[in-house]
Amino acid sequence: MATLYDKIWADHLVGERGDGQSLIYIDRHLLHEVTSPQAFAGLRLAGRDLWRRQANLATPDHNVPTDNRGAGVAGIEDPVAREQVETLDANCRRHGVLQFDIHDARQGIVHVIGPEQGATLPGMTIVCGDSHTSTHGAFAALAQGIGTSEVEHVLATQCLAQAKARNMAVRTRGALPPGVYAKDLALALIGRIGTAGASGHTIEYMGEAVRGLSMEGRMTLCNLSIEAGARAGLVAVDDTTLAYVHGRPFAPKGTLWNAAESHWRSLRSDPDAAFEQTMEIDAAALVPQVTWGTSPEMVTGVDGCTPDPAKAADALKADGWQRALSYMGLAAEQPITDIRLDRVFIGSCTNARLEDLRIAAGLVAGRRLAPNIKQALVVPGSGLVKQAAEAEGLADVFSKAGFEWRAPGCSMCLGMNPDRLPPGEHCASTSNRNFEGRQGYGGRTHLVSPAMAAAAAVTGHFTDVRVLL
Amino acid sequence: MKAFRVETGLVAPLGQANVDTDQIIPKQFLKSIKRTGFGDYLFDAWRFLDEGDIGVTPDERRLNADFVLNQPRYQGAAVLLARDNFGCGSSREHAVWALMEYGFVAVIAPSFADIFHGNCFKNGLLPIILDEATVDGLFAQVQAQEGFTLTIDLERQRIVLPDGGEIAFELVPMHRRKLLEGLDDIGLTLAEAERIRAFEAAHLARHPWLAQDLAAGA
Ligand code: SF4
Repeated sequence: MATLYDKIWADHLVGERGDGQSLIYIDRHLLHEVTSPQAFAGLRLAGRDLWRRQANLATPDHNVPTDNRGAGVAGIEDPVAREQVETLDANCRRHGVLQFDIHDARQGIVHVIGPEQGATLPGMTIVCGDSHTSTHGAFAALAQGIGTSEVEHVLATQCLAQAKARNMAVRTRGALPPGVYAKDLALALIGRIGTAGASGHTIEYMGEAVRGLSMEGRMTLCNLSIEAGARAGLVAVDDTTLAYVHGRPFAPKGTLWNAAESHWRSLRSDPDAAFEQTMEIDAAALVPQVTWGTSPEMVTGVDGCTPDPAKAADALKADGWQRALSYMGLAAEQPITDIRLDRVFIGSCTNARLEDLRIAAGLVAGRRLAPNIKQALVVPGSGLVKQAAEAEGLADVFSKAGFEWRAPGCSMCLGMNPDRLPPGEHCASTSNRNFEGRQGYGGRTHLVSPAMAAAAAVTGHFTDVRVLL
Repeated sequence: MKAFRVETGLVAPLGQANVDTDQIIPKQFLKSIKRTGFGDYLFDAWRFLDEGDIGVTPDERRLNADFVLNQPRYQGAAVLLARDNFGCGSSREHAVWALMEYGFVAVIAPSFADIFHGNCFKNGLLPIILDEATVDGLFAQVQAQEGFTLTIDLERQRIVLPDGGEIAFELVPMHRRKLLEGLDDIGLTLAEAERIRAFEAAHLARHPWLAQDLAAGA
């Protein structure tokens, strides 16, 4: 009678704190340079130590440059950003926390390296001072983004104090058609329910389209749960999950694997489990999605148009659409395929894994960047993704077509590092947020799948990728 | 953390829904390793006409006179009146630090994003959830009446209007207690250290593959 979320919750429930909040034991804590320095400083100030040093894994990702990496930390030009990365180095050394530092071949975006290393395992509770921690839910792990005070709390207690969320089921019907990916499914869902649609809920994704996704696709889907307002996203364990985890560096081996596997196989919702909210999506009917505005819910099919604020349901919504259109420099009822692009970004914890790069490279092969595209970046999610992509020849495909092949990091997903979208320019981006200024001050972001980003790069405007396949 | 009991403050209205934490405090300010210094950059891209960076002070910047917080009537505001899903997006706690350092003690909205809502209570910022109609009413009053102030009485869970009328609000008892007493969350949890240790031992025995030591290498 329990949902997957209920089961993982119960398995980690230390107890009630007598105040409406529960203490939940945390198995894995991931750290990066931006949200951890104040937490470590707080620990020092209070004279506290780490509760379980060996449960932590750190890497710098937001601030690291994606070129000139031979120079290491010294290659970070901005002294304030450099200090932040140095602070992570120092904190990890002082406390004996495993870190893949800027020189490590395994360094990358924290949400890419956890799964890649087998540091993310089914049934775990995972936290990170980063909202896209929801990514790890693809492994049937309860993975939540937390604030810096909670980072400090988890470092000091290995627990999180919180109230249980409600259950929401997203049931897909049918399989995704060719040219339509996990990214499109997630964006279509957010478009349907809004960025607050799953507030206070943990979403479990189910149905044929989800079962048919690779782990990479499931990570993309769970990654975007936070953009629907959800506390976390989950996908039940199946053979796909186990095949991905097996043999990863930190995954259990031998008899431990057997014990783990039999537990993991139980990580699914009971057939009659009750969900407070259910949403159905006809996956087979989806088309490639493109965001036109400044919130992920401002999204439509590539065959659609920007909306007309005069036709909004209420004044608040009309005002929001009007603001977004004017920030984006777009008119009402403008066809999506008419939007001219300046830059393309293929990267981020949403879409920078090997499968994403393969899909994009498949479209780019034998084509060239359109003349109006000033820059097209491909930023692999980790050093190991980069190595694998180079070994497969993907890097060459991109370079030949005129793309820049970079070193791993968050890059232009948020532009804390030197990769930024200049004011007024339109970017087709495989990242997760099209907020005002997100990719760079005054920049205009359109969220799409890697295939759609590649199609946009070679045609110079949004193009229905299904005609290029 | 400073205790919150009764606060009276000028109200500023921020009319749009889905205000994300990238707007509350843009990314370039997150490079700091401190907990302070963010107030000057609250709503940076909306408050100023030029792009800001750490270390550049507001008096060197070009102010956006149209932005609500820059209007003379809202100077010194301590209560932010907002719309649905305030604080969505990034988990950055810097958003809460920036709001507090700017001078806000409370934010009133029909709904908040989960992580932001949780972050508020770790720092002593009071997020008050009121129904849409009540928030609409407050927006109308703030706009109609210059110098509109509210008194927030956390002990009684009441907002007191200038005319003496009151609006009740709900709060999880623990959240209320934490703000009232300025409690340290970590101290509260560590008081249960024995219980956590016992749970941990049983949990790792039940799931032995979780007992691995990452720091010892793969
Ligand atoms: S890639 Fe973007 S969304 Fe992901 S962790 Fe980095 S900055 Fe955050």
